[in-house]
Amino acid sequence: MKIQISLAQINTHLGNVSANLDKHLQLAQEAHASGADLLIFPELSLTGYVLQDLASTVAHSARPDDPVFKPLLDASRKLDLVVGFVDEDHRHRFYIAAAYLSQGQVVHIHHKVYLPTYGLFDEGRFFAWGDEVRAFDTRFGRAGMLICEDFWHASPPYLLWLDGAELMLFASASPGRGLGSEAQLESARWVEHINRAYASLFTTFVLHANRVGYEDGLNFWGGCTVFDPNGELLVKGPYHQEGLVSTVIDLNQLHRTRARLPLLRDERTALALREMNRILGSGSRTNR
Amino acid sequence: MIDLTINTALARTILTGFIASEIRRVGYTRAVIALSGGLDSAVSCYLAAEALGHENVLAVCMPYKSSSPDSLQHAQMVIDALGVESRTIPITAMVDGLLDNFPDAGNVRRGNVMARARMIVIYDQSEVFKGLVVGTSNKTEILLGYSTLYGDSACAINPLGDLYKTQVRQLAADLGVPQEIIDKPPSADLWQGQTDEGELGFTYEQVDRLLYLLVDQRYTPQDCLEAGFAEPFVRGVVERIRRNHFKRVPPPIAKLSNRTIGYDFLYLRDWGT
Repeated sequence: MKIQISLAQINTHLGNVSANLDKHLQLAQEAHASGADLLIFPELSLTGYVLQDLASTVAHSARPDDPVFKPLLDASRKLDLVVGFVDEDHRHRFYIAAAYLSQGQVVHIHHKVYLPTYGLFDEGRFFAWGDEVRAFDTRFGRAGMLICEDFWHASPPYLLWLDGAELMLFASASPGRGLGSEAQLESARWVEHINRAYASLFTTFVLHANRVGYEDGLNFWGGCTVFDPNGELLVKGPYHQEGLVSTVIDLNQLHRTRARLPLLRDERTALALREMNRILGSGSRTNR
Repeated sequence: MIDLTINTALARTILTGFIASEIRRVGYTRAVIALSGGLDSAVSCYLAAEALGHENVLAVCMPYKSSSPDSLQHAQMVIDALGVESRTIPITAMVDGLLDNFPDAGNVRRGNVMARARMIVIYDQSEVFKGLVVGTSNKTEILLGYSTLYGDSACAINPLGDLYKTQVRQLAADLGVPQEIIDKPPSADLWQGQTDEGELGFTYEQVDRLLYLLVDQRYTPQDCLEAGFAEPFVRGVVERIRRNHFKRVPPPIAKLSNRTIGYDFLYLRDWGT
C-alpha cells in the first residue's frame, strides 16, 4: 500500500486562530488536489508557538460543534489531517495538543507529555502536562503522534513502537539555535539525527512536520523530513521557507525491512519491564 | 575549543528573514538606519537592503563637527554600493545647543549627548520615512555595556545582537561590505582618536573568545582561567557584564497589583500578528 504524505511547513499568526484556520483549509485543499492522503501540520499550527498569556484565550476543543474544528473535520473527509492546537479539557486545563482527524471524525488527541521549561522554553509555566502515550488505528495502519520535546526523550517513541505504531507522526515548532560553521543549525542537525535514529532503531516510518517563520527574535527552521524503516531520508523540506513537502511512502517497506532486520521481533519487552521495575522500585535513586 | 566561525550564508538567510518578518507583520515595509561609516551599521544596512529592497531603506548620516571625515566617506561607500536613500543631518547644532551651557563636560558626557541626539534624529526620520529603526548593536558591546542607554542602543529590531563583533566581520565580508570598512579600527567616533579597543583595554578578538566561553559555553570564571585567560582580564569582563545588565533589560516596575507588566502580563511583541 502506498500513501502520499504532505507536511505543511507553514508560518503562523501568533494568537490569531482564524487566520491560521484559513491557511489550514487552503493547504488541505491544495494537498488534496495534489493527491495527498495525509497532511500533517506542525505543533500549535492553529495558534502559533510562544503563546504565554495567550494560551487560555486560543484554546479549542476538538469537537464537531467547535467553530474551528467543524471546518477541519469537514476537510478531513477528503484527506486525513494532523493539526496542532491548545486543548482545554473539561476541568479547564490547557494542553499543547495534536489531533488526528479522518472521515469527519476525531480519531485521536495527543497531549504533549514533555513540556520544556529551561533555556528559552517556558511551556511548563503555561500548560498542563499530558499523561498518555498511545498509538491509534488509522485507515493507513497504526500510528502515533508526538510533539517536539516528546521525542527528545527516547521513551515516548519506544512506547509508541511497542504499542504498534508503524507511522510516527512528529510535530514541532522548533526554534532555530546553534549557528556555527555548518550550513545547518545545531537544533536542526540534532532533530534530524534522532529522527533518522528512531526510524532505524524501530524500523518504522518517521514523519516530522516543523514550522517556519519568526516570533519576535526566534526563527523556526522548517526542514520537514520523512524517514523510512531503513532510516533512509525520503524527502526533506528547505530550511526557513514555507511550503508543502510531499512524498509517497510504501507501507510494504515495513515487511521488507523487518524480514531483513527483526529488531521488533527480538525486542525483549519483558526483560525491559522487569529491569525497569527493579531500577525504579529498588528504593535507590542513584540510577534514576 | 573556541571556534567563532559562522556559516555566513545561513546567518544571512535568518537575519534577512527576521528583518522582513518583523517589519512587515506590524504593517511597515521600510527601515531607517543610522549609518556611522563603521562596520556594524554597514552590515545592518546591507541586511536591510537585501531583506526589504534598497528603495525601502533610508540611511541617515549624523555627523558632529568633530566626526572623522573618513566616517562620512565610508558611509557614502555603503550608500553608493546599495543604492539606498540617504540623508545627512548634522547634529552639531543640537549637541552644542546643550553642551555650550556646560563647557566643562567630559568625554563620556559629551559622547552620551551625541548618541542620544542621534537617537532623536533617527526616530524623527523613522516617522518621516515611515520606516522602523533597525539597530546596529552587536553581542560583544551589548554584553560589555559598551553603548549609551537610549542612545545608539535604541531601535525597533536588532538583527546583529546575537553576533559577536568578530562574527559581524565575517558576515560583512560575505555581504560585500567594502574591505576598508571591515579593516579599520572600530570606533564610536565620539571624540578624535577614540577607538573601541583603546577605550576597552583589550581587542575584540580576545574578548569575543572569552565571552564565547562565559556566555555561550557556560564556563565558570575559574574554567576560563584554566582555558588560559589571565585573571584580571576574566575578572574585569565578568564584572562588566554584571554591572551593565541594567542596559539590557527594561526598567523594573514596582509590583503592586495581582497582574503586573513584565512579571505576570506576558506576551511577545508579535502578539496577534
